Amino acid sequence: MLLAGLATGGIYSLVAIGFVLLWQTSQTINFAQGEFVMLPAFFVLAAMKFGGLSFAAAMGVGLAVSLLVLGLLFKRLVVDPVIRHGVLPLVISTIALAILMKEGVKEFYAADAQPFPAAWATTNLQVGGAVVSVQNLVIIAVAVLAVVALQYFLGATRTGRRMQATAQNPLLARVLGIPVGRMVLYTFLINAGLVALASFLVSPIYLAKFTNGETLGLVAFVAAIVGGFNQVRGAIAGGLLLGVADNFVAAYLSAQYRAAIPLLLLIAVILWRPQGLLGRAEERSV
Amino acid sequence: MKKALALAVLALVVAAPFGLKPYGIYLLSLWAVMTIAAIGLNLTLGYAGQISLAQASFVGIGAYTAALLTTQGWPLGAAFALAALLCFVIGWLLGYPALRVAHHYLAFVTLAFATLVYLILRNEEWLTRGVYGISGIPRPTLLGWSTKAPLDFYFFCLGVLVLASAAAWWLLRSPWGRAFTALRENPIRASSLGIDTRRYTLMAFAIGSALGGIAGVLYAPLVQFIEPTAFTLGLSFNLLLMVIVGGAGRFAGPFLGAAVSVLLPEWLRFSEGLYLMIYAVFVIVLLAFCPSGLLGLAERLRDSWPRFFKSAT
Amino acid sequence: MAAVLQVRDLRKSFGGIGAVNGVSFAVHEGEILGLIGPNGSGKSTLFNCILGQLAPSSGEVRIDGRPITGTRPCDLNRLGIGRTFQLLQVFPQLSVRENLVLAGQEHEGGMWSRLFGPRDAGLGAAANRMIEFFRLTALADERAGALSYGQQKLLDVAMAFMSGPRLVLLDEPAGGVNPTMLGGLRERLKAINQTARATFVVIEHNMEFVMSLCTRILVLAEGRIIAQGSPEEIRNDRAVIEAYLGN
Repeated sequence: MLLAGLATGGIYSLVAIGFVLLWQTSQTINFAQGEFVMLPAFFVLAAMKFGGLSFAAAMGVGLAVSLLVLGLLFKRLVVDPVIRHGVLPLVISTIALAILMKEGVKEFYAADAQPFPAAWATTNLQVGGAVVSVQNLVIIAVAVLAVVALQYFLGATRTGRRMQATAQNPLLARVLGIPVGRMVLYTFLINAGLVALASFLVSPIYLAKFTNGETLGLVAFVAAIVGGFNQVRGAIAGGLLLGVADNFVAAYLSAQYRAAIPLLLLIAVILWRPQGLLGRAEERSV
Repeated sequence: MKKALALAVLALVVAAPFGLKPYGIYLLSLWAVMTIAAIGLNLTLGYAGQISLAQASFVGIGAYTAALLTTQGWPLGAAFALAALLCFVIGWLLGYPALRVAHHYLAFVTLAFATLVYLILRNEEWLTRGVYGISGIPRPTLLGWSTKAPLDFYFFCLGVLVLASAAAWWLLRSPWGRAFTALRENPIRASSLGIDTRRYTLMAFAIGSALGGIAGVLYAPLVQFIEPTAFTLGLSFNLLLMVIVGGAGRFAGPFLGAAVSVLLPEWLRFSEGLYLMIYAVFVIVLLAFCPSGLLGLAERLRDSWPRFFKSAT
Repeated sequence: MAAVLQVRDLRKSFGGIGAVNGVSFAVHEGEILGLIGPNGSGKSTLFNCILGQLAPSSGEVRIDGRPITGTRPCDLNRLGIGRTFQLLQVFPQLSVRENLVLAGQEHEGGMWSRLFGPRDAGLGAAANRMIEFFRLTALADERAGALSYGQQKLLDVAMAFMSGPRLVLLDEPAGGVNPTMLGGLRERLKAINQTARATFVVIEHNMEFVMSLCTRILVLAEGRIIAQGSPEEIRNDRAVIEAYLGN
């Protein structure tokens, strides 16, 4: 069961990382992050249903469309025009965007849950004395791979380091000749990739439904805060913690209050360790 | 000029229900109730600059308080008092730790709180009757005047709205109102002038939440049957949009925004499910061009009017 | 007699880079202390540490002998400390008079008395006096955002004084002000200093303004005090000249 928790946690982490990256580089609090995870699965389903594509091809199309819509278009059409007026209008805009996406799927595709094919076998293995589901293993493996790749990209490649510089000090980055606008765009694209990946991992288990975004969004925010808002590592830790706690509570305690876990963890963190588990205490700013 | 406009609007809302079918009167009453909640949210968002995603939850708390009390025979007045107090205290309890950390944390706390409240409303059947809801909520009788009929209840709602507006107006004209404006316009300067920005933000949030509760108390006898799904994040978003579209931080904003929000589904009825999507796109476009809402847009038009005439001649 | 402001061995570093490296000084009642130094010498950081916007890495700040290190800005106002800002910080949507009333309202009493007590409590009259003192009478009901830069600067200074502070920290008050108005500003500041026995600490780049206004001057370079004395002494101090002109 720990494995299941880690698997869920892995998915949460991916979503939380994207969320934190967006915040760090462009002061974007994306309240539609949950819906961003809900949508790619539907891109794939639509490609299969209306385009007659095979699952593999549809996944490719789904990923490409996600990068385009959730990355490029999101930045150009929503974030750039609105952020001129401040962070608050942008937050509201992402809320409106979430509504738009949810209703869009409900109207143009289907209101009920759709099965989503898995790219792996849904069997169980016997490891040692315990029964382990292949699904969880695959999810954990993919999530770990994605995170490692991302960390490598950010830390070891030139572009990645430039992106980090942009996140830490956009003004200085610009002075140093780093094309800040492009770096920010890359962040949006990375986020789009992360949420698409999370979508492909989570939809086989929980089915694709237009309301999926609600819980996932809340989890993303709380994971980011619990881990420490200003750290990618924190988002990973937060995501894992939430995943494990979520499964634990559902199994041993009340299943009905499962969704209250994010709130309780959030309150706990705010009261006792406001900078998050891994975050640094933020300076009281001028 | 503004006073004349206000009086005209007042005359309009008093005269409006006559000649309308019961459904129309219901919409007007709904507008009045939503405006009260929006006035509260405007305090939180438009003046103190905080996003609250829990306003619907406070409306729900108010509604359930009213439902539980009045179906047991208690007067609605008791529900008003209790709901306002309860929501104020909860608002304070939520905001105090959140604001101590950082400015943007309150939004997340309210989001989580909204989820929690919904769960409680749905699961704690011994109290709220869960998904079955509470029905048969009676409408009050004031000094012999029964508000059972739609028209009578509308005037009751209108009366409460007028009281709430007057209270908000008085608050915003007071030194507190000045402090709210200061903390919205320039929190750093405000704080160097001795304005305790944290405390005033907290106050605005608590009062705003209390107003949400009051709106809820009015909502219950309006619809006479309540159940948990009426008070989810969807309504919170709707209230947020009301404040934004009308014009955040402007006194008349909530009135306009609530009107748009209540009437829009009716006007866009032909598009069925699409109306929410159209609304959402409209909001995004509005925010990109004129974040101060429709009232802000109107102001801009009014200011550029003389130029328009000048260039035309 | 305790100094109005006493700073002891204040240090502030940002991730290994020391902005303020052990600064100590005292300001006595009625003094106008000038704080000068080349760009990056740590003047603004020092101010922000004193004024509670930043928490110092070490060292302490005392007002009338009482430690106030790290107190929140809004609480400092009640202790009789005011400040002006380098970048204009008036409330542009409010009128000049409203700006001043706002500046004075939080100084006394509690939140609740402000809500339920008498509306004006003398603030309107005090604002009018301030308007006259700073010769803004003709503009009293104008929106602050509509004033010229120099006039807004005057308003900025006036707002800092509304609560009758003992100590005021002025951050580049002459910055961007028309030379013709500078004389008036200096003269108003001197007048307040005399009549209200208010103590000032002034950060400024405009040498002439500093020399003619201040009674004593501190020179900061690389986060340390390299000279202090009367304007005359500072003008001729070699270390100061070197710090400014480089070597």
